Amino acid sequence: MATKKAASLAELVREHEGEIETEWLGLLKTRGGLQTGRIKEAELQTQCRNFLAVLKAALGKAGADVSNAAYAPVRELLNELSRSRALQGFSPSETASFVFSLKQALFNTLSRTKGIDAAELAETTWAITQLLDELGLYTMEVFQKSREEVIVRQQREIAELSTPVIKLWQGVLAVPLIGTLDSARTQVVMENLLQTIVDQAADIAIIDITGVPTVDTLTAQHLIKTVSAARLMGADCIISGIRPQIAQTMVHLGVELNVISKATLADALAVALRRIGRAVVAIKPAARDAAEPGQQA
Amino acid sequence: MDRIPILKLGSALLVTIQVDMHDRLATALEEDLTAKIVATSAKGVLIDISALEIVDSFIGRMLDNIAAVSRILDAVTVVVGMRPAVAITLVELGLSLSGVNTALNVDRGMELIQRRLAEAEGVDGNIEQ
Repeated sequence: MATKKAASLAELVREHEGEIETEWLGLLKTRGGLQTGRIKEAELQTQCRNFLAVLKAALGKAGADVSNAAYAPVRELLNELSRSRALQGFSPSETASFVFSLKQALFNTLSRTKGIDAAELAETTWAITQLLDELGLYTMEVFQKSREEVIVRQQREIAELSTPVIKLWQGVLAVPLIGTLDSARTQVVMENLLQTIVDQAADIAIIDITGVPTVDTLTAQHLIKTVSAARLMGADCIISGIRPQIAQTMVHLGVELNVISKATLADALAVALRRIGRAVVAIKPAARDAAEPGQQA
Repeated sequence: MDRIPILKLGSALLVTIQVDMHDRLATALEEDLTAKIVATSAKGVLIDISALEIVDSFIGRMLDNIAAVSRILDAVTVVVGMRPAVAITLVELGLSLSGVNTALNVDRGMELIQRRLAEAEGVDGNIEQ
């Protein structure tokens, strides 16, 4: 019985392929996939034709059994299509309508076909529904997965972006931390910092936590880890930018950092410069005028 | 059994670990170094681990022990050239080697030992006066 259903469905697609394609394309156009301008009509048409071709082949070989190996090309095509739509920024319903609008095209074609009785019509309708629902679900699954991939990639990029290591002076590095400090980010910060210490032969690293919203015991532990690792490499660490509320919270929580900490990055830089035997001094007015002749006029 | 050579450089001892450390080698080094500090009355010990790619908790503890022993024998221990990956591993193992001095490379390590020795001499000089 099952083979018969599938056979009539396969027959339907094979006999009326051109008709179905035109109707399907028409439906896709009216449902707005084209209006946003993200995809060209010619491209959409090629996609429809390719999809129908592989579907026809799969129906002929395996019937309506989507899990069959014969459906691999169909799945592959949907994979690619769904992924590209996710990246192009199509909405989920726009993506899903690609497959679901085929259903209407098939139904219309089926109703125009002469010489089938009511039972056969119902059976074929059910076969079409089942097949396209499954394919539609598969499309959505891939779509979701692609979106998640995009999100994961963006998260990684943000993590990279938000942990730069800056050279403030010969042998003095600064790490301005922005955002919550979790263990994954600590790892990135630590690796970046240690590698830069080696590359620049730095003596002192200043970790600025002005942009860290809260410091709890876990964050403190992560900071201590980073400081310890830098110390093992032979570099001293200074922590700066502890805001008043955070200082209070840390004391209330009983968090001890056991490192030199300064209120601002400027203070930390002053300490760092003194350590490496440098100082910032005010220059005499005469010397300043000589250095900037433009301001005399 | 092969041993790690210990070189005398002025008033300091230089140990360069070029091979993968296994536990017996580490123990032997600890003993040799202790004997050598006493024999040469060295004031500084420089351990270069820049070639060491793998450091486990045993080696970490050995470094800590050497530092403690040297301190008792009045010598400054400086571990130099630790790789970033090794540093991260040690911290994750919970070994921050707080008793050990560290420096980026042999050059800086030597400077550190000289500075410590100068400080110590300064203190002694004050007492003599």
